[in-house]
Amino acid sequence: MESNRPRYCLGLLIMFMVVFSLGIERTANDYILAIVSFTGINIILAVSLNVTNGFAGLFSLGHPAFMAIGGYTTALLTFSMEKKPLFLPDLPQWLIPVHLPFFPALLVGGCFAALVAQIVGISVLRLKGHYLAVATMGFLIIVQVLLNNANSITRGPLGLNGLEEFTNVSWVAGWVVVTIYTCWKIKFSSLGRSMLAVKEDSMAANSLGVDLFYTRNFALTVGAFFAGVAGGLWGHLITAVTPGSFSLIMSFNIIVMVVVGGTGSITGSVTAAIIFTLAIECFRPLEENFGIYGVGEIVISLVLILILIFKPSGMFGTGEPKFVTGKYKQLSPTNGK
Amino acid sequence: MDFGYIAQQLANGLILGSMYALVAIGFSMIYGIVRLINFAHGDIVMIGAFTTLVLMETAGLPFPLVAFFVLLTGCGMGILIERISFRPMRGAPQVTGFIASLGISIMLQNLGILTLSAQPRNFSFPSYMQRILNLGPVSFRVVDVVIILTAFFLMVALIFLVQKTKLGIAMRATAENIDVARLMGIDINKTIMATFAIGSGLAAIAGLMWGGKFGQIDPLMGYVPGLKSFVAAVIGGVGSIPGAILGAFILGLSEVLFVGLLPPIYSSYRDAFVFGVLIIILIAMPNGLLGKDIGDKA
Amino acid sequence: MLSVENIDVYRGRTHVLRQVDIHVKHGEIIALIGANGAGKTTTLRTISGLLHPAKGKILYAAGKGKRQIEISSLPPEQIVSTGVSHCPEGRGVFSQLSVKENLLVGAYLRKDNKIEQDIQSIYEMFPILEERSTQAAGNLSGGEQMMLALGRSLMSRPKLLILDEPSLGLAPLVIETIFNKLKKINTEGVTILIVEQNAVMALELSHRAYVLETGRVTLFGRSADLTLNPEVQKAYLGGE
Repeated sequence: MESNRPRYCLGLLIMFMVVFSLGIERTANDYILAIVSFTGINIILAVSLNVTNGFAGLFSLGHPAFMAIGGYTTALLTFSMEKKPLFLPDLPQWLIPVHLPFFPALLVGGCFAALVAQIVGISVLRLKGHYLAVATMGFLIIVQVLLNNANSITRGPLGLNGLEEFTNVSWVAGWVVVTIYTCWKIKFSSLGRSMLAVKEDSMAANSLGVDLFYTRNFALTVGAFFAGVAGGLWGHLITAVTPGSFSLIMSFNIIVMVVVGGTGSITGSVTAAIIFTLAIECFRPLEENFGIYGVGEIVISLVLILILIFKPSGMFGTGEPKFVTGKYKQLSPTNGK
Repeated sequence: MDFGYIAQQLANGLILGSMYALVAIGFSMIYGIVRLINFAHGDIVMIGAFTTLVLMETAGLPFPLVAFFVLLTGCGMGILIERISFRPMRGAPQVTGFIASLGISIMLQNLGILTLSAQPRNFSFPSYMQRILNLGPVSFRVVDVVIILTAFFLMVALIFLVQKTKLGIAMRATAENIDVARLMGIDINKTIMATFAIGSGLAAIAGLMWGGKFGQIDPLMGYVPGLKSFVAAVIGGVGSIPGAILGAFILGLSEVLFVGLLPPIYSSYRDAFVFGVLIIILIAMPNGLLGKDIGDKA
Repeated sequence: MLSVENIDVYRGRTHVLRQVDIHVKHGEIIALIGANGAGKTTTLRTISGLLHPAKGKILYAAGKGKRQIEISSLPPEQIVSTGVSHCPEGRGVFSQLSVKENLLVGAYLRKDNKIEQDIQSIYEMFPILEERSTQAAGNLSGGEQMMLALGRSLMSRPKLLILDEPSLGLAPLVIETIFNKLKKINTEGVTILIVEQNAVMALELSHRAYVLETGRVTLFGRSADLTLNPEVQKAYLGGE
């Protein structure tokens, strides 16, 4: 019964990404390339948080913590063998010879973030609503404190800098496609429908045989995996990972993207991530030239509050627009209240 | 590590605890009445601190008058935030209000950065407040005594208000059942507004104290006391005012002892410890020490 | 005294009440009977201002010869101030407040100095409440909570008392006490609008009654006549 439209859209997306990244890498300057890469990373972050937050309704503020875990792991794995003794003289013995190329390092980073999510999930997933939000925020702060203090591995507040600039538009584009594809598949699978059921009414879902814990934990883990990958890409884009960058502000920014786009809508997250990144880039020169620091965040928080008051379902609600899904009505709950 | 040292640490914990308590009370009251974790509550502390700075150093007002106006400013901010942001969202899922409060918090911080710059400002009370008093092995500044006494006075006044006055009864009735409260003729908008005003006023006073205690303020200073007071409120049982006070003192004391008694290498893990405790309490005893079961946490 | 004129009420997207028309005269006891989900509670919540009708209006006059006012757009706290007191379904006592505080909340809008005196008369009506005046209302038994809820509603000195299922979950003896008190309250000049699942008792107590079915008034008339109506007997009185 499903329309073929999503498949065409996927094909189109892949083709566009290939042409776009090849084209732009040949023509654009470094500044543009960096913005495009940031946009892609934000798309990965928003779409993956949407799995946790939008599909399963687990309001997590811990996304940057998973990013940090992935980012640091990837950075350590790809850290240049020559610089290691200089930068990290106290590195544990077993870590010194470990070295991986970028792609497997990213995967390991993502998997490690996912593993941590599994462990965190066991403890915090029995909380719900804003209590879960606060617990995941606590987790984020704990991760920050640990990164700040585990000097021998993380160099404390200095962070790991001098990373090689592996991340380019093609890498990001590839991961964007993988993220969107995976999350789309999840949303329209039976597991995705279980997540929606758990979000709407966990007790009813449970009585129908949905394993609450497994479903929730899966949603958190998938989100964490992609956050970890995004962290790795991010670190190798700005060539440094520091504890301060994976902050509550970052968490807030990703949530703004998800809420503005429509909690639960992949199309919404993608659109909002693009708008958000571009808006931030427009504010940056404004702030620097006129010395009006903070204006960007003020506008963003204002937009968020206005959306929460006047259109809490965001741009696309919980569903996907018709031009992506085709004419058949999709299996999704009523659009947000 | 002698008795004097421990007594001094306990005194410090008491001071920290009374500042946390003033913020935590507001957190708890607001949660109790509208089931909102108001993340922007901590930033009222910052506003209180900067109001103090302006009134004391620029306008040169005497201290009691400064305290009074800081209280008023806090009340006003609380009313403003409730009216323009939270009231239009009443009835929405709980998480909506929480995200909005996160937004308000970030907006207030950045408004602070925009108008006051991110640079920390020195903050000094008049010299008679800085005098040092010795009480056996423990030494206090006058300002420390003022902090504890003011906090104590405000807590007693608040408990009287909530327990004995008509407004207090209306607040407790509204916290329990908004619809029935309305059927009794209670104007819940006014009652909720009063709750925000009182809670925020206390937080602003905490800001005044924070500045006096640590001597430096900046637009992001509300973040830490805000979060810690929330933890305090959770320890005591969110929604319960005596719980918030108890939680604040437990947190203040254990934080100071954690830093003071353990080897210095652990002291930088202080915040991890605080939030570790938060997560454990949320999971293991979600109603806190004195809270009542309202069944909306786990 | 109260005219509910052809109101339509929605809850979310559900159309709950259709063209409901109810008239209450001064001094009457009116019963509203009907099955679960017929819209009885919704009717009461609309009269007291917790819900607002999409169509139709509600007119109310505080007593004989008093001016009629349109109350359907007023908030509940203003409707209470005109002399309507609504004792909600499930009693709704404030379980963390003491018995006395509950009574004080009932008198929330009053500014006169006879509140203490009225509390004493409630204590005379239900002596158990005086014994327990400092206890938290949550510790009372179901019957005691009902007494408290009724007393609390009377504390605003209502002209019109609205009761939503006062017999719910109570022992027969307690129900009898409550209903006797209601009769007495009525003879003292308070008009009563009561919703009841227990149609036998409701028809016995009331002067007139309305039958609600799926959001519409299907029958109304003198209670004595309705008791004899074969349809009512079949559906609500368990008779044949």
